[in-house]
Amino acid sequence: MIVIAGLTKKYGDLQALAGVDLQVDRGELFALLGPNGAGKTTMVRIMTGLTRRDGGTVLLGGLDIAAQPAAAKRQVGLVPQVVNLDTELTVYQNLDLHGRFFFMPAADRRARIAELLAYVELGDRAATPVKQLSGGMKRRLLIVRAMMHRPGILFMDEPTVGLDAAIRRRIWSIIRRIQGEGTTIFLTTHYIEEAEYLAGRVAFIDRGRIVTVDRPDRLVQRMGAWAVDYLVDNELRTECFPDREAARQAAAAVAGRVTIRRVNLEDAFLALTGRKVAGEA
Amino acid sequence: MRERPSTAAAAKVAPLAGSLAIFRREMLILRSRGKKVLLSMAVSPTLYLVAFGLGVGKGMRVDGHTYLEFLIPGLVAMGTMNQAFGIAGEINIARFYWKIFEEFQAAPISDLAYVVGEVLAGMAKAVMSVFIIVLLATLFGVQLAFYHPLFIAGVLLNAFVFASLAVLAAMLVKSHADQAMLFNFIITPMAFLGGTFFPVDRMPSWVQVLLQALPLTHASYLIRSGAYGRSASALPLVLLLVIGLVFFFLAHRSVCRARD
Repeated sequence: MIVIAGLTKKYGDLQALAGVDLQVDRGELFALLGPNGAGKTTMVRIMTGLTRRDGGTVLLGGLDIAAQPAAAKRQVGLVPQVVNLDTELTVYQNLDLHGRFFFMPAADRRARIAELLAYVELGDRAATPVKQLSGGMKRRLLIVRAMMHRPGILFMDEPTVGLDAAIRRRIWSIIRRIQGEGTTIFLTTHYIEEAEYLAGRVAFIDRGRIVTVDRPDRLVQRMGAWAVDYLVDNELRTECFPDREAARQAAAAVAGRVTIRRVNLEDAFLALTGRKVAGEA
Repeated sequence: MRERPSTAAAAKVAPLAGSLAIFRREMLILRSRGKKVLLSMAVSPTLYLVAFGLGVGKGMRVDGHTYLEFLIPGLVAMGTMNQAFGIAGEINIARFYWKIFEEFQAAPISDLAYVVGEVLAGMAKAVMSVFIIVLLATLFGVQLAFYHPLFIAGVLLNAFVFASLAVLAAMLVKSHADQAMLFNFIITPMAFLGGTFFPVDRMPSWVQVLLQALPLTHASYLIRSGAYGRSASALPLVLLLVIGLVFFFLAHRSVCRARD
């Protein structure tokens, strides 16, 4: 469904993407996890036709986004990181315009808008100007706007960034429902919990390179089951252990404040890159 | 959710659909602002009519017409230019502040369709400003040949030139501050020197040569000729058309290049 080979991009001296290879299967929910500046947004921008690549190929459903942009874009929906809705226009007008940008016939647009607003429980907000919506409502609207033209692939660039935990979980349930209906989802995030909860497979990206790709549970299992966090000279150290007993024994040997917790993707990311994924879910 | 067939077929039968969608968006925003936009379009022409038409120019005659009759076609030319170029500000806000430009870029509409839509929107705003100035002129008791083909052609060509320039400028600038600077350095001087408030042929010959380089000078000449019911040479028509097409071509190229 999505095939990326040798993708490169440079901004001046900065190598944003340094030869990325990835494949995402039809109907998969794939997460790209990495810290800010790792290259996540650049990848999404290239795959959705917003940014030109320097090298490599991106095939979306067999179509090259650079060679056949119009046909490829029809298969793709984009939920951007920034809420880029027309705030002066109503909820209905925002969706209707999107439908027009994708050449949907009038009757289809009307039916689809009613369907989508009901889907995200905004049916009573159709005539409300977007500026009057809450942050969570705007995010939901942003998601269904990307679904308006029935894309087979949905790119979501940090879809829950800046949202509180309750709204984030609501958005997650919507994302899961969309994937459950057969849409391929490519999600970028720097929230560990988001990737763990949603993704069938996760790719770690760091400094424009894909470090590893696997199922979240396998990535975690590679590290062990339990982790011990402790401070050494005010610097946080983490060690991973195969079972809780081993973790407890290690914790007992450490002076000062110690935390025993489950191993997560952050530990796997840290082990593979030497860096932490910024931000917590 | 129930799925429906692809809309690719609809895209093939609606080549202008992208432009119309862009145009519609600008018009919806304009409508949402309603009276505020119309009032703002009326403010500066009213001030100029009162200050220059009734104040400074009272009793003055230019080319056999009252100064008010001379001024109104100039205000039409200036208003058309300001409103058409004003679309640059809207594009800028959509691009840098709201990031809505990315919504267009992610859609299968062509760059050409985008430019056509925005230019049409700029021209529509310009024509609205003309209606307001004509209404003000009527209120001030001035009747001119506003239906004359040269008047209409001058308005439309002027709007085309500056709406195309606006799209070009909006793609070239890197911030709102750059946009304001463009307005201060290009539009404001042209508004005062392009045959709007005084006849260009009364200026020293070297100044006339410089002023002939301004598109607004030719637009003012055409619009004024039409408003007076006179004929005019074809040169300004051709010049404005050529300038407009050049700006349009450059605007299209700049939109293509806006994909970083």
